[in-house]
Amino acid sequence: MSGERKFRYVGTRPVRHDGLDKVTGRANYGADFTLPGLLHGYVLRSPHAHARIVSIDTSAADAVPGVKAVVTGADIPKSTAMLSLGGGKGGFDLADMGDNLLAHDKALYEGHAVAAVAATSAEIAREAAEQIAVVYERLPPVLTVDQALAPNAAILHDRLVTKGQPLPDAPTPTNVAMRMELRGGDVDKGFAESDIIVEYEFTTPMVHQGYIEPHACVARYGEDGQILVWTSTQGPFIVRDCCAGILGLDAATIKVVPSEIGGGFGGKIPVYLEPVAIALSRKAHRPVKMVMSRDDVFRASGPTSGAKVRMKIGVKQDGTIVAASGSLYYEAGAYPGSPAATGAMCALAPYKIPNFVIEAFDIVVNRPKVAAYRAPGSPSAAFATESVLDEIARRLGFDPIDLRLKNAVEEGDAAPYGPKYGPIGLRQVLEATKNHPHWQAPLGPNQGRGVGCGFWFNAGLSSSATVSLSSDGSATVVTGNPDIGGTRVAQSIMVSEELGIPVERVRATVADTDSIGYSDLTGGSRVCYATGMAVIKAAQDVRDQLRARAAKIWDVDVDSVAWNDGCAVPLEPADDRTPLTVHQLAEKIAQTGGPIIGRASVNAPMAGPAFAASICDIEVDKETGVSRVVRYTTIQDVGKAVHPSFVEGQMQGGAAQGIGWALNEEYIYSPDGLMQNAGFLDYRMPVASDLPMIDTVIIEVENPLHPYGVRGVGEVPIVPPLATVANAMRDATGIRFTDLPLSPPRVLEALARY
Amino acid sequence: MTTLHVQTTINREPAEFLCEPVETLLDALRDRLNLTGTKEGCATGDCGACSVLFNGRLVPSCLVLAAEVHGQEVLTVEGAAHGDTLHPVQQKLLEHAALQCGICTPGFVVAAKALLDHNPNPTEEEARYWLAGNLCRCTGYDKIIRAVLDAAESMRSDTREVTV
Amino acid sequence: MATIYFLSGLKQYTGGVESLTVDAPRVRELMQAVTERFPALSEPLQMMSIAVDGAIHRHPDYLKLSAGSEVHLVPRISGG
Repeated sequence: MSGERKFRYVGTRPVRHDGLDKVTGRANYGADFTLPGLLHGYVLRSPHAHARIVSIDTSAADAVPGVKAVVTGADIPKSTAMLSLGGGKGGFDLADMGDNLLAHDKALYEGHAVAAVAATSAEIAREAAEQIAVVYERLPPVLTVDQALAPNAAILHDRLVTKGQPLPDAPTPTNVAMRMELRGGDVDKGFAESDIIVEYEFTTPMVHQGYIEPHACVARYGEDGQILVWTSTQGPFIVRDCCAGILGLDAATIKVVPSEIGGGFGGKIPVYLEPVAIALSRKAHRPVKMVMSRDDVFRASGPTSGAKVRMKIGVKQDGTIVAASGSLYYEAGAYPGSPAATGAMCALAPYKIPNFVIEAFDIVVNRPKVAAYRAPGSPSAAFATESVLDEIARRLGFDPIDLRLKNAVEEGDAAPYGPKYGPIGLRQVLEATKNHPHWQAPLGPNQGRGVGCGFWFNAGLSSSATVSLSSDGSATVVTGNPDIGGTRVAQSIMVSEELGIPVERVRATVADTDSIGYSDLTGGSRVCYATGMAVIKAAQDVRDQLRARAAKIWDVDVDSVAWNDGCAVPLEPADDRTPLTVHQLAEKIAQTGGPIIGRASVNAPMAGPAFAASICDIEVDKETGVSRVVRYTTIQDVGKAVHPSFVEGQMQGGAAQGIGWALNEEYIYSPDGLMQNAGFLDYRMPVASDLPMIDTVIIEVENPLHPYGVRGVGEVPIVPPLATVANAMRDATGIRFTDLPLSPPRVLEALARY
Repeated sequence: MTTLHVQTTINREPAEFLCEPVETLLDALRDRLNLTGTKEGCATGDCGACSVLFNGRLVPSCLVLAAEVHGQEVLTVEGAAHGDTLHPVQQKLLEHAALQCGICTPGFVVAAKALLDHNPNPTEEEARYWLAGNLCRCTGYDKIIRAVLDAAESMRSDTREVTV
Repeated sequence: MATIYFLSGLKQYTGGVESLTVDAPRVRELMQAVTERFPALSEPLQMMSIAVDGAIHRHPDYLKLSAGSEVHLVPRISGG
């Protein structure tokens, strides 16, 4: 616990060491790697949203000159394993993941991979793949939650039964993979006691994380059975363990080298190409490179769930929330695994509500299998809760921030999912929001203002770190976490803080899976928190070893040596021995015992959740329906900002993604289940001219579990914007929009109706 | 397919390569010349990650045929710096922490250089509209715009001659 | 003595029982007592995380419990 600790390097803004390579184009991403003898892989994908695969004849492709290997689902064993992060059961269902990357019996979405070809050029691979004869028996597509729940809906998986807590008359087989419920108090009694009740049904669309770098990898299956995979991923160990599990190999035979990663946001946690590339390489006896096209990324990677959410909240006249009930329906895509349970846990998390019931459904549909996207589940749930509260504030005549403050959870309150909150910063975030000049600034014509808040956990999980000190006093820190947003420089700062050497002399590296201990993914807002813990401990290990070396030099017991301000000093204040600096101790590394390597591994608990809020001013053009965000402020409790610029970057990036989700992004499907807008022109993400400067306010309520008080920062910023923007639209137009995105055609249609 | 022999100038130096007629400039830069700084984000001209200057004009190299640059001049991100001296845009992007994953950064370096070549004193709005063809998913553009405007100011007040 | 709480979705496996207080030194012994008493919980437990005094863990089998520890079973949370 840092308490009143004065930091020397934490909180500063050094330029990141790896930045030079990025501004000069030298940094190597997934598609920038090559090996001698490289082949190019191409994936043949289903043109149908739902079909039985009757037969696949690859003979024509095999015969094309330049083709060295062809694989289908028959080359991927039907695994029955479940892979949990860090080992153990639960987590990724490898049977589903294996079927997703090469279909066995059914094509479950347009874009579902059915075969792959490796050839001497990308063009030959593609032309050969198009000669593979696949016989499909088309089935009716199920595209939405409502279609999936309809009485005679086509069923995606014959053997699917509803896990968790199914409704009493739940049919089998079904498209409902899971139902769960959270309940507290007596919700009927609560509503009976309410003075005002507001209920709406909301929808949020399926959206894509939108990382600019498509998935890309190179795999080489060596004749000795050793496998090298170069890939753009958020989790090299996850890639390793998924490939091992799916292909039935030992994890130790696979070395995964993570490239620089061009964005992930959760979408680069699963594997799509790597096991296929390994299988092709094994058959071809040459390395194989596979890169997704942008079209593939939209149709066949892992967007996040669209959702339907019914939310009903009851309050007393004095603004106290007494009851809430919600039903959340999430699209899982082709296989079970939407963030339904997580959404349910987040929906009411910021508020003290004595009587509540939340149910959540994980529903399969003929769309790509969903993957995580920044605080999965929480944005859709918060959209509902924060919109309803906004409406309640209007009806009560309450300031919307005061309404939230009145009901805000504090340390010691129970979360809706059970445990009590430790120290949290919701109140501070809301007060900072209320006191921000943005909240009082005047609005122009056709402008409206909205506010919203949200909640997210930060993951703990396992991380490893080593810190090595060179004899010249410089240091390296090595972890297994790809750097998506500046975590390497944050790690350098942490080592500097512990050892007292300048940040420029500490180099942080992301290592391959052979060179560092197991580390869970980059994501889940966990790198500065959990990997940071490991880095700090490894640096402290170095410090302890340096104290022992000083003890040797002074010929005293190590317990009489302390550490202060970058030096080994005598513990006894009366001892006037000259302190030994890191530099001086480093020079004597060889003489005092040999190399100094600090190491640590952690399996951190999930603790120290984060709250965020935002204020949005929107201007609506009533002739065209175009809405423009003219001002946006985001406020967040980050625990402790190790490198404030990169913390601000996370806040701004998450806000921009949330704004895009609210205003323009959505997967548009034909009734046949074919995606109509699988490109950046029509899948409309925010561009520079769409957004104003995004002001950030960093609140620091220390997380007691981390030595510096760090909380995860990466995900919660995307949670408030959906409702914040919709609330601003309500203010600007008088219309309560319940269906996102608020694209111009929708806005025009609503303006015409009201 | 005939293989074409293209002779051109890339980053102020003569360069040549063989390519197919259908090959794009992006593919030729990356696969023939090993200049992998220019990135493919979409191959349909919508994301700006492949931005290069073609005779000083900002273009998406995925929509230019490799053969078109025969006898012409191309500048890629690898040519933005002069030896060890970074272009002010590159320097300011680093100082403002205006990159997170960095995949869009080469495109922004080239596009911002083109902006400042063309308009040394852009307003925030002019910068935003000029750069609207460069997608960034990580930063929300705030720090990028600040960095570009800061680079513009430092270039205006810089008395050193900068050869382009 | 640690107390474990069963959120509403799990009460179907405990016959309506909402909490259990057990004299267990570690999470492992607590879970053994729980699954002995409520065998139907064994399978759902494998897909859950365990929160001890507010901190959520994936595999805290050997985590020591103290007097008055509060334990909750929480659905697995995935991040991005």
